Amino acid sequence: MKARVFVTLKNGVLDPQGEAVKHALGTLGFDGVNTVRQGKMIEIDLAHTDVAKAEADVTEMCEKLLANTVIENYSVEIG
Amino acid sequence: MKAGVIVFPGSNCDRDLAVAFERVSGRKTDMIWHKDSTLPTGLDIVAVPGGFSFGDYLRCGAIAARSPIMRSVVEFANNGGHVLGICNGFQVLIESGLLPGALMRNAGLKFVCKDVELKVATSRTAFTSNYRKGEEITIPVAHHDGNYVADPDLVKRLKDEDRITFTYADNPNGSTADIAGIVSENRRVMGMMPHPERLNDRHLGGTDGTRLFESLGEALVGA
Repeated sequence: MKARVFVTLKNGVLDPQGEAVKHALGTLGFDGVNTVRQGKMIEIDLAHTDVAKAEADVTEMCEKLLANTVIENYSVEIG
Repeated sequence: MKAGVIVFPGSNCDRDLAVAFERVSGRKTDMIWHKDSTLPTGLDIVAVPGGFSFGDYLRCGAIAARSPIMRSVVEFANNGGHVLGICNGFQVLIESGLLPGALMRNAGLKFVCKDVELKVATSRTAFTSNYRKGEEITIPVAHHDGNYVADPDLVKRLKDEDRITFTYADNPNGSTADIAGIVSENRRVMGMMPHPERLNDRHLGGTDGTRLFESLGEALVGA
């Protein structure tokens, strides 16, 4: 069973990398880009097949390691 | 003062840190591998060095903070032990939950490696007692993720409790309130981005960093 974790910066946390990407997009002629926020996606292949257990496990992984909840939000997709 | 320095794969300031402690205490520093699960007995201070532990994968310090030895370091701190984290070590202490806030990518997006002027914000810690409050000292920084982030409540608490140890005279990374170093609530855990162990010999450019280790040597003598 596959799980996908999306880690993004919380609103209000300055994202200098997103700002730099936005600037580069402008240089390439892409007008009308209001903001760019950069995050990461983590794909996990799990041995078990119980969706509820997978969700609980991956949530715990996020809390303990995958996200820094001081500055980041996370969301989990199973399957 | 008996010091121990934690060594992760990718640590690169561990030896400088060991020498800085040895010069002050005259005692050999214990080098402690990250896979060890217990600290040697009789340590007065544990230091987490600068470098690029685990290649800065995931987030700076995130993997190191979950290594076996860090459980013992957290326990050591919770029992009132002194812990010092410099640069990557500061990142590891934050990721371990020993210090509040977060360290993010420098606002200018560049790796900054240069001597900077620091203001000593408090001398009321075992780490800074040999400096005068308000004094300006020169200490090098070398980091890509030193932008200390704290919400207004935390900044207020740090200020009210006199827990900011150093601030930048000319902020190199965008950190909140120019913060370069902080201590824990019990004032025994300090994290800072600049490298005092790198200005610890007049032949290497200066000794402004030396007094930090002398402060510790005096506070922890026979401790």
